Amino acid sequence: MAKELIKGNVAMAEAAIRAGLEAYFGYPITPQTEVLEHLARRMPELGRAFVQAESEVAAINMVYGAACTGVRVMTSSSSPGVSLMQEGLSYIAGTEVPAVIINVMRGGPGLGNIAPAQSDYYQSVHGGGHGDYHPIVLAPASVQESIDLTVLSFELAEKYRNLAFVLSDGSVGQMMEPAELPPMQPIVKKNYDWAIGGKGTREKRILTSININPHDEEIANLRMLQTWFEIKKNEVRYKEYYLDDAEFLVIGFGTSGRVALSAVRKCREKGIKVGLLRPITVRPFPDEVIIELAERVQGILVVEMNQGQMLDDVMIAVGKKVPIEFYGRPGGVIPFPEDVESEIERMVSAKLEIVNNPRVAWLDRMLHR
Amino acid sequence: MVTIIKPENIVYSRSHAFTETSTSYCPGCTHGTAHRLIAETLEEMNLVDKTIGVAPVGCSVFAYNYFDTDFVEAAHGRAPAMATGIKRVLPDKCVFTYQGDGDLASIGMAEIMHAAVRGENISVIFLNNAIYGMTGGQMAPTSLPGQKTTSSPLGRDVELQGFPLRMSEMIAKMDGAGYVVRRSLHDPANIRKAKKAIRTAFETQMHGLGFSMVELLSTCPTNWGMNPVDSCKWVEDQMLPVYPLGDFKVSESVSELRF
Repeated sequence: MAKELIKGNVAMAEAAIRAGLEAYFGYPITPQTEVLEHLARRMPELGRAFVQAESEVAAINMVYGAACTGVRVMTSSSSPGVSLMQEGLSYIAGTEVPAVIINVMRGGPGLGNIAPAQSDYYQSVHGGGHGDYHPIVLAPASVQESIDLTVLSFELAEKYRNLAFVLSDGSVGQMMEPAELPPMQPIVKKNYDWAIGGKGTREKRILTSININPHDEEIANLRMLQTWFEIKKNEVRYKEYYLDDAEFLVIGFGTSGRVALSAVRKCREKGIKVGLLRPITVRPFPDEVIIELAERVQGILVVEMNQGQMLDDVMIAVGKKVPIEFYGRPGGVIPFPEDVESEIERMVSAKLEIVNNPRVAWLDRMLHR
Repeated sequence: MVTIIKPENIVYSRSHAFTETSTSYCPGCTHGTAHRLIAETLEEMNLVDKTIGVAPVGCSVFAYNYFDTDFVEAAHGRAPAMATGIKRVLPDKCVFTYQGDGDLASIGMAEIMHAAVRGENISVIFLNNAIYGMTGGQMAPTSLPGQKTTSSPLGRDVELQGFPLRMSEMIAKMDGAGYVVRRSLHDPANIRKAKKAIRTAFETQMHGLGFSMVELLSTCPTNWGMNPVDSCKWVEDQMLPVYPLGDFKVSESVSELRF
């Protein structure tokens, strides 16, 4: 298939259809509404289920119901809407049924704004709802990746009976780029041995997140953790740029990773031996490769569009082995490549120290610009 | 002497739509009656194999253990949304929710109203016993004025705590609703009428005639602090004046159903 100029949000919606999306339930919210709008037209014309729900609370519970039948089901929203979905997400995780959630992140907290941000990292990768659970979280940095990761999210959700998030942002969601959509896949009826749909001639099935006996719930928790370790073993994905001879490392995901790449290229032109690691799966987090890289670089710069959320996971991986610097633009601001470039240059020329909290110096620099 | 045992004429037995599981309901509570009526209806309509129930949060949270049909367990108040998700991908199956007054009329108000107005082809069995049972007898949106509960210890003061909600009357106003009625489980005659209503609700769904709901006035002897007989009397004397029985919406197509 040829490349076409396509918007990130529309690309994810169409990619989901071509991956065999059978049901979509959503609610309008900027900057993800094009996902809902595209599916509002396409799903009915294909004879598939589409409901504009009365709220994100209802939408995620419709997803929950459809997920219990074993169909490919998805919702999409943006930060405040995903907050409303946390109840349902916890239930879906607790019931161990597969579902895909697209979050086109915007500035927060609260109503915040509709500009691109990455401040739902904590909420997405560390659960967000109540209880112990471990969603898969994929972070695209381009329209092509938005397509590819949407398709992948269904495969991973079903393979592990888990939640899979596509953690996009207002920048990737709204931008238009040339990208190639996958061919239309036929819908495959899977006949899962756990799905409900009327018992027919088999034994009845129950899907629930209840284990009223704490010992049973403990066993369910341990089983879910075991599944998570399997996911962690098999599904870590990331992209490396200029890392072979790198003396300094930049880490950023999604849009901030993409901006950081421009900065890294500029620095390379100046002869600075800096490379970039861009996590594709921010959950499972690529900590092993970061631990390896920490052995051979002199400093690490974490770039995010938040106050330093993935930074924590980098710090857990690296420990006190090497100095970690942070550069973040929270609240809906996208960093310019030049900003990241000067941060890299500062890191390279400064006498770096290993500190407990790199955010402190960063905040000081931000407040005294 | 030889005793001749005559073949039994069985007039009553356990419904085949039930599992062998014992229920967790208190003695004298009408949940058992409501379950029985649903089970008989599913059996009579030959729907046991193609039904998916949606259990609520409340005393009937474990309803999924009692019916011999596929079941899911919803979050508090979200059963109509979950049922929507199931029914939209399995339109030929029978999907019903079983919800109490806290679940349906308080936390789940948005979900039930919008399922009704969309005309979701699902059936809702709504147990109204004017109190929160599972959490131990707190005020429900359907508690009566003056009713003493653990969270209205001096009696529901409508000045401070508002008025009882009449859900059937509200939902009947929704264009998507095909069949909305209120019945009561406080005596045998009313139980028979409730059974007929449940049958009509499921027939409405299986004929694709839109949203259907049967509200059942029910007892909670434990949290009302009454014996089961007095509880039934309380329904008759206290609840019926606030919650009149009747058909609030029977669409023309539903009224033409013959079964």
